[in-house]
Amino acid sequence: MALRNRPRLAVWKFASCDGCQLSLLDLEDELLTLAEEIEIANFPEASSAISAGPYDLSLVEGSITTAHDAERIHKVREQSKFLVTIGACATSGGIQALRNFADVNDFISAVYASPQYINTLATSTPISRHVKVDYELQGCPINKAQLAEVVSAYLAGRRPAIASYSVCIECKLRGTPCVMVQGIPCLGPATHSGCGAICPSFRRGCYGCYGPMETPNTAALAKEWTALGATPLDIKRAFRTFNADAEPFRKESEAHGD
Amino acid sequence: MATKSILVDYLARVEGEGALDLHVEDGKVTSAQLRIFEPPRFFEAFLRGRSYAEVPDIVARICGICPIAYQMSAVHAIENAFGAKVDGQLRALRRLIYCGEWIESHGLHVVMLHAPDFLGFPDGIAMARDHGAMVKNGLAIKKAGNEIMQVLGGREIHPVSVKAGGFHRVPTKAELAPLAEKLKRARDLAVGLARWVATFPFPDFEQDYEFVALRHPEEYPFNEGRLVSNRGLDIDIADYDNEFEERHVAHSTALHSVLKKRGAYLVGPMARYALNFDRLPASIQALARDSGLGPVCRNPFRSIVVRAVEIVYALEEALRIIADYERPGEPSAKLEPRAGVGFGCTEAPRGICWHTYELEADGAIKTVRIVPPTSQNQPSIEADLASVAASVLDQPDDFIRHRCEQSIRNYDPCISCSTHFLKLSIHRS
Repeated sequence: MALRNRPRLAVWKFASCDGCQLSLLDLEDELLTLAEEIEIANFPEASSAISAGPYDLSLVEGSITTAHDAERIHKVREQSKFLVTIGACATSGGIQALRNFADVNDFISAVYASPQYINTLATSTPISRHVKVDYELQGCPINKAQLAEVVSAYLAGRRPAIASYSVCIECKLRGTPCVMVQGIPCLGPATHSGCGAICPSFRRGCYGCYGPMETPNTAALAKEWTALGATPLDIKRAFRTFNADAEPFRKESEAHGD
Repeated sequence: MATKSILVDYLARVEGEGALDLHVEDGKVTSAQLRIFEPPRFFEAFLRGRSYAEVPDIVARICGICPIAYQMSAVHAIENAFGAKVDGQLRALRRLIYCGEWIESHGLHVVMLHAPDFLGFPDGIAMARDHGAMVKNGLAIKKAGNEIMQVLGGREIHPVSVKAGGFHRVPTKAELAPLAEKLKRARDLAVGLARWVATFPFPDFEQDYEFVALRHPEEYPFNEGRLVSNRGLDIDIADYDNEFEERHVAHSTALHSVLKKRGAYLVGPMARYALNFDRLPASIQALARDSGLGPVCRNPFRSIVVRAVEIVYALEEALRIIADYERPGEPSAKLEPRAGVGFGCTEAPRGICWHTYELEADGAIKTVRIVPPTSQNQPSIEADLASVAASVLDQPDDFIRHRCEQSIRNYDPCISCSTHFLKLSIHRS
């Protein structure tokens, strides 16, 4: 391979399930081509060859849940020219942000016999709460085609073409009949697109894993859910899952009792 | 006293965060500790109070590499608590989606994460420069597994179709037909992959493991069976706590599991294979023999060959299920929630994943406990490391470090799921 100055990519992990960085390896048809266009300089899940920063593009997976990670993210930022957060954990705190609504000490003692060995923060917070983020890609997990678009756009020096509309538009685009009309509560009207509206195509309501769209009307949606027979607890739980601490979802969940 | 330490800041090509501490005194390894400090996420705590219906979507998020394992163990446990049994084509479809997960997970590990160790490359992409065809074939095999997940579950990571009782939607026969064509091509590539990895240079190393896996009366195990070992264990999955215990050790946020009577044990492909060789079809047994495996493999470095053989098995099993498929009338069995306790144990790509749920009368979760495969293997990984390091102590530190890393990768550890980073320190005094 000709030696040329390719932009340098780093992939970083904080509290997460590894699924979003796995999306890079799931680009089975594009991975080898991608590796010709960008130098994979630091991607420990895939390679033991790790070269020092600075890096041109950093992809950050996971949320901040420890004092150590709250410091480490600043070091990542210092070494990164362009920093993209990938996935619900990095963009909203992820499912582990459910601790933000509880007492973390209760959580620790529920899981561990020797709580004194566990060092953790009381909250799980998105990367943008700690450092400047240049672009956020939502989803639990992210869509690998959107990830390829984000990297391609970076290489071409343009903004990624990622739509900011709701899952409803994706249902219309693929011709899936509305499940709400059939009486199934669905978070699609308030949820950011990107998954391809998978759940309604499997005859179930969207469960909001891509997080809130821009300016969602969650209150109107909650009213529709009530009309379909959902209890306040059902509504609270629905908004309080994979993007529980994303502001519009958090506020809506707080508006409904147990 | 001279002290020497070597640091590796991150164990590469594993999923999650961990470190290794090796203590050497007077030329002998005195301890090997696999430290896992992946930040805990507390699934067992926040599942309390959620509805049973939310569980499959939530537990999938424990691991992006093996979400199906968590979903399957969970739905079986919930159905067990409700006194329900899912049979027929729905059961077959669960096996099919699990085949997809084994193929994609094993495919990723064999070609992109593990093979580079034997051929002296830092990763699969660098290896592709000299072994382009095999890397491309490996990615094609992995893709075939992912396509099973997409067709049945909508996407490869955190699929959306699995529910307690069955599926939200099941495929038509016509949807599975194009998949079968892709799986046939992948099967031919996978046979080539198994023969290729069989030629790798394997360190001469064996351990006398206690293997633990599921065993089913007729099938190579995925979702059901009794828990058995090569040292006489033969129990119902509900009796797990009588024989096994989880210990919280200071150096790990993943709990260590041990057999109460005998200590460390091994789960995963080598255990499944050794305990269920007679459940493999003759064609797969023949492939295993051609690939240099006997009916039992005790060399953890050869686990790459066992994984490659399991890929071929999973592809053939997927093809068999598709050939016999008739779309069931209903996508799921109706469940009647009731108060009770249920158990589920299934074979994740890395070994048994055991769950128990205590449910309220309305189906809300009272308590839950999840034992992932990597935490069960941690004591065995540490025992391997101590032995492997002892056999190469006269070598330069770089060599020791590489061999230790390789020993850990033999297990395809999924440290995120053991709720978890690797830093290698060799302390010599």
